[in-house]
Amino acid sequence: MTLLQADRVTKRFGGLQALSEVSFSIRGGEIFGLIGPNGAGKTTLFNVLTGLYAPDAGAFLFDGRDLTGLKPHQVAAAGIARTFQNIRLFANLSALENVMIGRHLRSHAGVVGAVLRDRKTVQEEEQIETRAAELLDYVGIRGRANDPAGSLPYGDQRRLEIARALATEPKLLALDEPAAGMNAAESLALRKLIQAVRSNGVTVLLIEHDVRLVMKVCDRVLVLDYGEKIAEGPPAQVQRDPKVIEAYLGTQSAA
Amino acid sequence: MKFPAKVWIGTALVAATLIALPFALAYAGTAWVRIANFAILYILLALGLNIVVGFAGLLDLGYIAFYAVGAYAYALLASPHFDLHLPFWVILPIGAALAAFFGLLLGAPTLKLRGDYLAIVTLGFGEIVRIFLNNLSRPVNITNGPQGVAGIDPFRIDGFDFAQYQTLLGLQFSGPIKYYYLLLAVVIAVIVINLRLQNSRIGRAWEAIREDEIAASAMGINTRNVKLLAFAMGASFGGLAGGMFSAMQAFISPESFVLVESIMVVSMVVLGGMGNVWGVILGALLLSFVPEILRWTVEPLQDALFGRQLIDPEVIRMLIFGLALVLVMLFRPAGLLPSAVRKRELMGQAA
Ligand SMILES: Nc1ncnc2c1ncn2[C@@H]1O[C@H](COP(=O)(O)OP(=O)(O)OP(=O)(O)O)[C@@H](O)[C@H]1O
Ligand SMILES: [Mg+2]
Repeated sequence: MTLLQADRVTKRFGGLQALSEVSFSIRGGEIFGLIGPNGAGKTTLFNVLTGLYAPDAGAFLFDGRDLTGLKPHQVAAAGIARTFQNIRLFANLSALENVMIGRHLRSHAGVVGAVLRDRKTVQEEEQIETRAAELLDYVGIRGRANDPAGSLPYGDQRRLEIARALATEPKLLALDEPAAGMNAAESLALRKLIQAVRSNGVTVLLIEHDVRLVMKVCDRVLVLDYGEKIAEGPPAQVQRDPKVIEAYLGTQSAA
Repeated sequence: MKFPAKVWIGTALVAATLIALPFALAYAGTAWVRIANFAILYILLALGLNIVVGFAGLLDLGYIAFYAVGAYAYALLASPHFDLHLPFWVILPIGAALAAFFGLLLGAPTLKLRGDYLAIVTLGFGEIVRIFLNNLSRPVNITNGPQGVAGIDPFRIDGFDFAQYQTLLGLQFSGPIKYYYLLLAVVIAVIVINLRLQNSRIGRAWEAIREDEIAASAMGINTRNVKLLAFAMGASFGGLAGGMFSAMQAFISPESFVLVESIMVVSMVVLGGMGNVWGVILGALLLSFVPEILRWTVEPLQDALFGRQLIDPEVIRMLIFGLALVLVMLFRPAGLLPSAVRKRELMGQAA
């Protein structure tokens, strides 16, 4: 079953064609890779998909709903959560509170509840905290719950971002280069985490430069180059595609 | 919830001190009770502004406008000016609501602005409100212009008049002492509201947009609504304080709501520790009392040292005041009591 359907998505920055008529579809339950050389438009695609940028043309259909042009918080409510290539945590808040903020969408207390602290609000707060602690446990950083997010080691910050995104109860988790800057051991742990997320029923969209990681975890891969889709399919097939080989090793350097 | 005995004793001591304080101050002169009352008003203002600046991270240099809105709402509805004399418990909520509305009015067009740009626009807003108050006396006389509004009603419940001298239970209650207790009750309520807000879903949403607006929106926070809520809530506290100011002073004019006042309140928040309720209170207390103490010491000191006033006391006062602010910002850039990361006890905490 198709979870996300992108139809000729186009984005320009002035004269630069960052995305040209990119179409693809992600099936529910798969790990979908998005690869391409530097500047290919991967992050731009994420930003358009999650409502940070409005597309110049094209449309997204998610879970049967048209998400095109919605605000980021509406996209999150629809069930897409993301992490950022250049980590964007709430640096001065504790790791636990970062994840608790991820529960915002799935909780309800307003000003009156906050001030009166009625039973319902207190219970909700407890649930938020318990769930956040569980998620820290899930990504393996429970011990850092009370540390300021900005003080965590790089690899833990990436995990925390994933925990925070999962707190919104997404149907699709979009990860922008989660392995960047990780060592081999951290990268392996991340792979296991991504696979665990998927086996818990969350579809994963993964941007990754580490081709080996992509080939190991992804069911299907989309390859972008200069804003154009050059291949889509299972990793083994994409790997042999001459256009892909040329984009990566190509005569003219991509970077 | 259980509290250890120490907490109870501490609370009891603080409560006893706060209750006895106005009588001790009255001993030194009623002027000091008034100064204490103004300090509490400033705490109210600083706590209101802290919601906008400290929690949500939106620099607002026009905050005093909301104080003005609350003050004028009270003055116009309870004075001979329009010959309206509504009871205070009707007007105070009106003033707070009106101020909240003005908060939205300021918030809505500035949603996309941050930092310096927001500061400039809010500063302009504060000035616009003051200029309106100055000029809304023609063609229809609404605010009475620069002359201000006089003869404003004090708080009154069933013949219990806050401005009147009274002997109760053998104790002498002057007007300022009565207002002191009222202000104390209000400020305690506002402190509780602030602490609870900060530690709630809404408070976390404010902190999230302060830390990173893009990440906050990606986590599903409607940044527009959450910002407007901060502006409105902060403004309503300003409006409430304004109404109480009006009643206490019995006279207000646009002169009370100048830019320097806004800057004063911002300084209290920043000096004490943005985002930390106790820090903000400390900042408000210091900036209210220290200048007064200087006022009462600089003059006699000069007389004693030089036999005359060598330098205008006001100049020395501002000099010391400015120096103190610079020193604090140099050595404690996050304020005297910076806001710390909230720690929580997690059950079954893994080491
Ligand atoms: N906000 C923006 N304004 C102007 N140009 C932009 C903007 N964002 C991205 N670009 C440009 O669009 C192109 C695609 O950038 P994008 O960040 O999507 O690439 P990417 O595939 O994520 O690359 P990387 O692997 O380096 O992260 C680049 O040429 C980039 O400079
Ligand atoms: Mg990128």
